[in-house]
Amino acid sequence: MVLSRYVGAEVRRKEDPRLITGTSMYVDDLRLPGMAHVGIVRSPYPHARITGIDKSAALAMPGVLAVIDGEDLAEFCGPLEAGNAEGGSGEQADYEHLEQGALGTPQVWPLARGVVRYVGEAVAAVVAESRYQAEDAIEEVVVDYDELPNVTSPEEAMADGAPRLYEANPNNVGARWDRIVGDVGAAFTGAPVVARARIRSQRLSGVPMETRAVAAAPDPLNQGLTVWTSTQAPHWNRNSIAEALGLPTTRVRCIAPEVGGGFGVKIGAYQEDFIVSAIAYRMQRPAKWIETRSESFLATHHGRDQWADVEIAGEADGTIRGLKMRVVQDLGSHPKGTDLAELTGRMSCGCYEVPALEFKSYGVYTNTMAVGAYRGAGRPEAAYYVERAIDLLADAAGLDPVEVRRKNFIAPFAAGHVTTAGEKYDTGDYDKALSRALELVDYAGLRRRQAELRAQGRYLGIGLASYVEICGFGPYESATVRVEPNGDVTLYSGISPHGQGQETTFAQLAADHIGADFEKVIFNHGDTLNTPQGNGTMGSRGLAVGGGALMISLNKIQNRAKQIAAHLLEAAVEDIELGDGRYRVRGVPGEGMSLAEIADASYGGDLPQEFEAGLESTDYFRPEDETFPFGTHVAVVEVFPDTGEVKLNRYLSVDDCGVIISPLLVRGQVHGGLAQGIGQALFEEITYGENGELLSGTLNDYAIPRAWAFPPFETHHTETPTYLNLLGAKGIGEAATIGSTPATANAVIDALEPWGITHLDVPMTAEKVWRAIQEGGGTQAAAAD
Amino acid sequence: MATAVPMATRIPVRISVNGTEYAAEVEPRLLLVHFLRDNLGLTGTHVGCDTSQCGACVVYLDGKSVKSCTVLTVQADGGEVQTIEGLAKDGVYDPVQQGFWEMHGLQCGYCTPGMIMSAHSLLQRTPNPSEEEIRHALEGNLCRCTGYQNIVKAIQYAANQMSGAGVSGNGSGAGTHNPQDVGDWKGELAGEST
Repeated sequence: MVLSRYVGAEVRRKEDPRLITGTSMYVDDLRLPGMAHVGIVRSPYPHARITGIDKSAALAMPGVLAVIDGEDLAEFCGPLEAGNAEGGSGEQADYEHLEQGALGTPQVWPLARGVVRYVGEAVAAVVAESRYQAEDAIEEVVVDYDELPNVTSPEEAMADGAPRLYEANPNNVGARWDRIVGDVGAAFTGAPVVARARIRSQRLSGVPMETRAVAAAPDPLNQGLTVWTSTQAPHWNRNSIAEALGLPTTRVRCIAPEVGGGFGVKIGAYQEDFIVSAIAYRMQRPAKWIETRSESFLATHHGRDQWADVEIAGEADGTIRGLKMRVVQDLGSHPKGTDLAELTGRMSCGCYEVPALEFKSYGVYTNTMAVGAYRGAGRPEAAYYVERAIDLLADAAGLDPVEVRRKNFIAPFAAGHVTTAGEKYDTGDYDKALSRALELVDYAGLRRRQAELRAQGRYLGIGLASYVEICGFGPYESATVRVEPNGDVTLYSGISPHGQGQETTFAQLAADHIGADFEKVIFNHGDTLNTPQGNGTMGSRGLAVGGGALMISLNKIQNRAKQIAAHLLEAAVEDIELGDGRYRVRGVPGEGMSLAEIADASYGGDLPQEFEAGLESTDYFRPEDETFPFGTHVAVVEVFPDTGEVKLNRYLSVDDCGVIISPLLVRGQVHGGLAQGIGQALFEEITYGENGELLSGTLNDYAIPRAWAFPPFETHHTETPTYLNLLGAKGIGEAATIGSTPATANAVIDALEPWGITHLDVPMTAEKVWRAIQEGGGTQAAAAD
Repeated sequence: MATAVPMATRIPVRISVNGTEYAAEVEPRLLLVHFLRDNLGLTGTHVGCDTSQCGACVVYLDGKSVKSCTVLTVQADGGEVQTIEGLAKDGVYDPVQQGFWEMHGLQCGYCTPGMIMSAHSLLQRTPNPSEEEIRHALEGNLCRCTGYQNIVKAIQYAANQMSGAGVSGNGSGAGTHNPQDVGDWKGELAGEST
């Protein structure tokens, strides 16, 4: 057993000194001699045929070096490979597509060829000496279009005779995933209680504060390219770029330097990764493209955007008899999220025993920006529908929502539980989290207070959500632990943190498990030149999978260090223990060796031949399955009927992410996750107009929450370890987002109960709430007998 | 494109940045943030939007915090600018920087320089702000990672440091805050139990 000093401790982040002084390097901070600047000409039409591009005026502009259209680019850069476009949602790398899955594989080119399919699609690239010159020249590229009929609603797109985006996709259907288990008809026929609602999980934008950014330069050493890109998975971008340019993978080096947030929308190589790389390689000079925020709203993939028809049947006591969901996923114009509805389906049973399930889903192409992964990717939608359904059932049965949750929870399990949706959860104790939340928030007291206030004409709402989600996607992750000859430790991994703080977490683990000096540990990531193969940071996999790989390496190094120490201390290996950072003989305190001394011996010439020289290990971890964090959140809101305003008064979370390595960082992940989930519940929405134009195209129009929007979050945890990795950690990056949208939504609807409102779509803006109240509870949900 | 001033026209400016005087000839349309980043190489000041919402670009201009994406370089002529790079003195972090480190007030770090400059400016005006004052003072600064909670704590830490009160610990406490009006709910906030 290793003495634990750093793990579980409140440790200041190793990342921060460079960030609080403004001395780190994001892509836009990179300056290379002769660097050209790329600007993108984008389509103003949602669906149109390109009939001509006149570059002459742009080419005559000062500083303009080249103007490239889709046909030009196609001569030296291939299409986005289907795997990339689809794998762009990435987390599906190891999904078991059942009998269905992605249908048809539309070919997508980095610059449009022939037809544009969404407002903002890249049509041409301008290369200029400066960014201002590039922006000027964009205005001078004249593109002629013939407009084509467009469709922006997925339901309309599925109808016969709708405008079709791709020949290979009749009715614009690009993905299917169904799961029908049990006798659903019988479950609903004669059920004492049935509730149903059409529930919208609206379209969102990830809005990382750093927009996307790409720079590329010819690399004289590999005779290829080095590409700096603001991405979550640099190895994927490297592989995609090399393939598209027809270069050996060995000639493309991809670097994710400091990355200013991702949240899923920086997964996978984008059109601009290929455009900038191709320009730099073809023109043999460095080139850079920095996305503006307005471009980001247009051309960085969106998230969520599902419509769900949800029906739940139950007994009079709240026991679930059956659940039906029909989900329509707007895929947008090209495949990035063909697996999203599948993920929703896999989690459609939530924390509950569902005897009969009918889940049907359709992924549909429309003339809008592609929809892909955004913090939670398919699972927040599932949790939102299930937790709304539970409240609808409770409401229809006249029961407290707590009682209905408890009645249907899957009983605690520690060695796997397969749900009706076919998903194998690892470990869970859902009532533990719920009970802790109720106790901490004083649920009974809140309900009393709610009744008191209601008598005074004030409308408090209390919302609950008990969620479970999927983390720790494979197929593998990697780590290298290198003990340098003087005992300093360098770590490498294929994960690519961009705010999560694994430089700190991994150093904590290295300090405790091999006796590394925490302050001197450096964790290198995000550079394909020096890191082992990897799948990046997404899907809450950094610690659960990347940390799992790291632990394999650390254990190997510890074992080798013990062998060396045993040899030098003339003791049996079994008697060597690591304590207080020293390798010593058990029962002989005060002696022993430091990692530095052991490293010195391992790289020296005095050890016998059976000892391998050096002290380094590279290991891959292939988790046998995913992990399933869970928790219960409670939101307390007050609704002001005169204005429709919703004020979030209290928010309490109990999350169970398994074993916690770094409490400080876990809290940070929870805070940020809550902000995004509450943002979906109350503020955020991407909207397109009738003509396919983006209406929420700036931060003036798209409301990401500001500091005043939140009370202090009260964050708590239960701890149910997983058996699937050496740390027992499950993942926390997305959990709070997943719990907070339904908890907040349920709270608002609870407050609106006096008006008979049983459902209202998110985001619950003041206008929407006010209108619902004015309409006297014009509800979209109906409770039947 | 017809523009009133031909783009080739350049205007001389003299601007002091972090105590160093710079002279340059710039296009009249050059934004101050681009002058700092591209002409001077001070890339700590970031650009996060194009509509003056996000605040990643906040710097001091003549003692007032401004969004440098919304100031023309020529408007700063003769002025004194301070950026994130000029905040630490002799290798010692400003209390606001220290607070962000101690209280885990940042994750991806992109909004951080602007956030720190805005917080610094707040504490110049209001040395001991309430939590509500802090949250409202950050109206012009967006963060997508932290949910703002630890940013509030970081600023409270800095306020305490600057008033000599000091704060121990590194983020384990719930910080001091006035429970908001929970519909007159007086239940004790349970804080954090990680």
